This record gives sequence, structure tokens and C-alpha cells, in this order.
Amino acid sequence: METLAPDLSPEAQFQARIDADLRIEPKDWMPEAYRKTLIRQISQHAHSELVGMLPEGNWITRAPSLKRKAILLAKVQDEAGHGLYLYSAAETLGTSRDQMLADLHSGKAKYSSIFNYPTLSWADMGCVGWLVDGAAILNQVPLCRTSYGPYARAMVRVCKEESFHQRQGFEIMQTLCEGAPVQKEMAQEALNRWWWPTLMMFGPKDADSPNTEQSMKWRIKRFTNDELRQKFVDMMVPQAEFLGLKVPDEKVRWNEERQAYDFGEVDWEEFWNVVKGNGLCNHERLQARVQAHEEGAWVREAALAHAAKRKERAAVA
Amino acid sequence: MATPDLSPAQLAAPAYPAELRSQLFQYVLQLADTSLILAHRLSEWCGHGPVLEQDLALSNIALDLLGEARSYYQYAAELEGRGRTEDDLAYLRSAVEYRNPLLVEQPNGDFAYTVVRQFLFDNFHYQLLKGLQNGPDARLAAIAEKSLKEAAYHLKWSSEWLIRLGDGTPESRRRLDKAIATLWRFAGELTTPTPNESQLQELGLVPDYAALLPAMQAHVAHVLAEATVPLPTAPVAQLGGKTGRHSEHLGYLLAELQYLQRTYPGLTW
Amino acid sequence: MNNSEWPLWEVFIRSKQGLDHKHVGSLHAADAAMAMQNARDVYTRRLEGVSIWVVESRHIHASNPDEAAEFFDPAADKVYRHPTFYDVPESIKHM
Repeated sequence: METLAPDLSPEAQFQARIDADLRIEPKDWMPEAYRKTLIRQISQHAHSELVGMLPEGNWITRAPSLKRKAILLAKVQDEAGHGLYLYSAAETLGTSRDQMLADLHSGKAKYSSIFNYPTLSWADMGCVGWLVDGAAILNQVPLCRTSYGPYARAMVRVCKEESFHQRQGFEIMQTLCEGAPVQKEMAQEALNRWWWPTLMMFGPKDADSPNTEQSMKWRIKRFTNDELRQKFVDMMVPQAEFLGLKVPDEKVRWNEERQAYDFGEVDWEEFWNVVKGNGLCNHERLQARVQAHEEGAWVREAALAHAAKRKERAAVA
Repeated sequence: MATPDLSPAQLAAPAYPAELRSQLFQYVLQLADTSLILAHRLSEWCGHGPVLEQDLALSNIALDLLGEARSYYQYAAELEGRGRTEDDLAYLRSAVEYRNPLLVEQPNGDFAYTVVRQFLFDNFHYQLLKGLQNGPDARLAAIAEKSLKEAAYHLKWSSEWLIRLGDGTPESRRRLDKAIATLWRFAGELTTPTPNESQLQELGLVPDYAALLPAMQAHVAHVLAEATVPLPTAPVAQLGGKTGRHSEHLGYLLAELQYLQRTYPGLTW
Repeated sequence: MNNSEWPLWEVFIRSKQGLDHKHVGSLHAADAAMAMQNARDVYTRRLEGVSIWVVESRHIHASNPDEAAEFFDPAADKVYRHPTFYDVPESIKHM
């Protein structure tokens, strides 16, 4: 480890490295709280990718053209890949994927609440790509410079692949908005449902986000929730206007003084309710994951048993 | 997107006489339907695989087959010459018009079912593409050349999994045996020519199934031996899919696949 | 929780002929053949590679960060190992 200040305590040395924007690598000394926070954040991120496959996955079989089907399948497949990169990054901190999955399945670990909302029409595939992935990218791009090396490297890969996701979503929206009136209605209706939940993706207000300060200090978070939310609104309102759609918030207007959009208050009661597991799809999403894992157990066991037999035979031969 | 690079000469549908053209259209459509339906089934696994790595593998196979299906549909549309598109062919034909063999429309079942279905198909598909690649129709040869590389990988994947499940745990063996007992009867249709296929084979335009069989059988024998699974006694083959007589499963599959196009006819997505 | 988790493997990919294999990440697989295929399916979906190495993670021995000073610092004062250490007269070319 590059020693910046040999006379300081390990904690102070660690912080000095972070402040110098040096990366922390798996075997380096790190405060236990940093390790725990990272495992929580990275695994939560990985779980979000995994559970995030479900709301879009259920439209792969209903995609309206062969081209859209291929794109959607490739996109949802990417999410499996992203989950895998992130689980791997977390595993360098001394946890196992099985342990992380057990925590997801028991409800101990969280994932992004956005995936507890149902996808009800084809336009939802547009909104998930355009809005949800748009919000995710805002969250993720700064993480490419996060202080923990394996996490930062995983995020570089994720962001590189993610860039097509938002574009395909926007393209779906654009095609709908330029199509028949029934398609444009479909697009508006989906936007109405997804707008507010997407704003919730950035998490509680800064004042209600007790972990933010420490996470910023450790550079495992690089912008506050409210900063990112504002950035998102500023980015999306003009795009909605371009599409000829209306964001479902009467309070949205350009503030010349702040050079940013003013917007209304998120329904925090709904936010906490879904976080606590009372969203429409919380139960189904988790159930689907538990089922896949349990029904896959015999497959995983068989592969291990076969590998062991092979090894044994090779040893005898 | 999925169309291999083709020279302009290859892109122009060959000047087949009208009747032959229509026969070839039926044949290419059958190839397209087969790859599409299997891709669709495999895509149902997405998000539900036994382990994340295999979720990605199954999606990769599905994407390969979907790309192949699109190349065939595009060629079929040109052969037909009535202005229909790949999507018209995939989304606006009913179950009785679909020409895929029964095997590929069978539901995913558990992972053992999916592996056995895939193995039976891959083993045939790989040999078929080898034949098509050297066939006289330049367009089919070009599609086959690209798809053959993919099919070789698919066959490796399904063969290795069949071996793992057969020679894994008692539980995996029990499930594999059940899948074989259920699905083996659909294998025969793959290499049983329809009247249309027979005529095209006699003309030397498409591979003769009889010529593919020895290599296929050798591979089955090899893989089953590795899997410690006895060769099943040939069951009575279930036929019909390739002439439009399908199992009940296809109707549900198409209802889902075609839902948007049927609900909102004539729109662009 | 069950114990059916597959071992962890590290994946190294040569992105094109002539370059070194570079560590790209890890994955789980039951055996080497599967690790190879999983690496192909997970890490080369966008033409990222022409060659893959996989090695089971437990076979990798890593240097200890606590020993970094004794391992790496002694190289710091051997400036004479670098060509820039030497003054070459202006008029001498090709050196």
C-alpha cells in the first residue's frame, strides 16, 4: 500500500489515501465499517440488476417485432451480466454469492424499489429504458471513480454496456410517440406511472439520508441524492418535451435564477411503503428469485458432483 | 442486424421457376419457424435460470437462434415476393400455418427438459447446417455458414450438460431420464422428410436427411455413453409440426408472441 | 443456504492478437470446461476477446499489501535502471 502518512493511525492513513483519490484494493487494510457498507451497497446493486431482469423479462415473449425481441433479450441478458460483475466485486470483500443471495431471499438485503412496480404495457419497456436506466446511469457513472477498485472496475464495464439500454428505451418511446394516437396514449400513460417512482430511485432526501455523509467521505458515493435527482429532472424534462409528452407534475417549471427545473414533492409515504416491502410486486419478485434459486439447486449440485467424479477418475488414471 | 454479409449476387433471390420457388419458400419458412420457436422458448428462461452464468448462456443461444430465424424469414419473404416482411411472417400466421417440428414447441419444463430438447435439436441443426453450407442455394449457404459456428457451440453446451446431468447426482439422473422418456419421441420428426422436403432433397437443393443420420447417431451414442445413460429404444416418432399439425402448446406460445401485432394491427413498433 | 455454490474462477482475456491477457473479472463454474464457456458467455458478448484464460481463484497467490514496502520500495532508488538517468551528448543519435 502506498503510505502517504506513515506516522498516522491505519484509519487516518486509509482516509488520506481516499482523499488523494487512490483506490483501495481487496487485500488492503480497510475499516470494518467501510467493508460492511461496501458489501451492503454492492450487493444491493447486484440484487437490483438481478431482480431488475424480471419486470422487463416478462415482455421478451411479447415484444412486438423480431428486432425488438432481440434487443430486449440482449438488454435483459446484460443485466444478468451486470449482476454477475457486481457480485464478483462484492466477493472480493470476503462474502460469497450464496450468502448474498440468502440475504436477498430472506428479505435482509434490499434491492431498488423501482422493480416492485409492474410493467403493464409495451410502453413500459420504453420507460424502463429511458427513465429507469437514465436514472441508473446518473447514479452509476460517478461510481466508476468510486474508492474501492473492484467496484469501480465493475462499474466501468457496466456503464459501457448500459449506454445502449437508455437509447433503446428512448427509441421505443420515440417510435410510439410518432406512431398512431393509441401508441402515443400508451407512451403517456406509461410515463404517468413511471415518473414518480423513478424520482424515488435516488433515495430519500439528503436530510433523511444518514449514511450519505460517511459514504461521501469514503468516496463510495460521489453526489448526494438530491443533487442527482435535480440533475435527472433537468435532463429528462426537455427530453419529454421533445417526445411531445407531459411529465405528470404540475409544479415542473424552469427556474431562471437557479438555472434548473423546480419540481414537486415525491410522495415519501409511498416511497417508504415500497421500501418496506408493501409494493405491488415485492412479493412476486422475491418469490420468482427464490424459486429460480431453489429449482436450480439440483442442477448446481449435479454439475459439482460430475466435476468431482471426473477429477477422481483423472486421479486414478 | 442478423443478416450475414452477402454479395449483391447472393442477395438477389435466384431465378427459380415459380413452383420450385414456392417449395423453397415453404422450406425456408420451416427453418425460420423452427429457430424462432426454440429461441422464444429459451428466452422464457431469462431471469429464471439455475445460476446467473447459465442464464447468460441460455440467452446467448436464444439470441443466436433468433438472429438465424430473422435471416431465414427475410429470405423467405423475398422468395415469396408478395411484399411480406419478417414480422408479417412471424406475427401474422396462425398455429396451423407454422411449420416448426413438434420438438421445439415443447415447454421448457425443468432444466433437464430444456437440455434434452436442446441436445436433440442441436445435434440435428449442426449436421443440417453443414449440409446447407455446401448446398447450391447461395443464400442458404451463407446463412448456414454463419449459423454453423453458433450451432457448434450450442451442441457443445447441450452435450456437456447432458453428460453432467446423466453422470451427476441420482436426482439429476432421475430428471434426465424423465426428460428423455418424454422428449425422445419428438426427435424422429427432425429427420423424417415431408413431401416438400423429399422433393427438394431429390433435386439436390437441400441436404438429404438420410445422409445426416450416421453422424447424428454417432454423436448421440458418444454423449449418452459419457453420460452413462443407455440408448433409448427408438419410440414411435410423433410427426406433424412440419405440416402444421401441432401440439396444443404452440397456440399459447403464439398468443403471447403475437399479442401486440394482433391487438393493434398494422402499426410500427 | 446450501453448499451447492460452484467454485470461483478468475478470467483473463486477450482482447486482440499481440496483446497480453488482462484480468477482466471472475465467475462461478463447476469445472474448467464450464468456466471457459461461462467466460465466453459472460465476458465476450461484444467481441471483447480472441483468447481466454481461466484459473480457479484459490490457485492465485497474491502479494501481501502489508509487505508492499519491502517488496516494492527498494526499486524506487535504482534510478540507473532507467534510460533517462543517463546524459547522452546532443550530437549522438540513435541511442
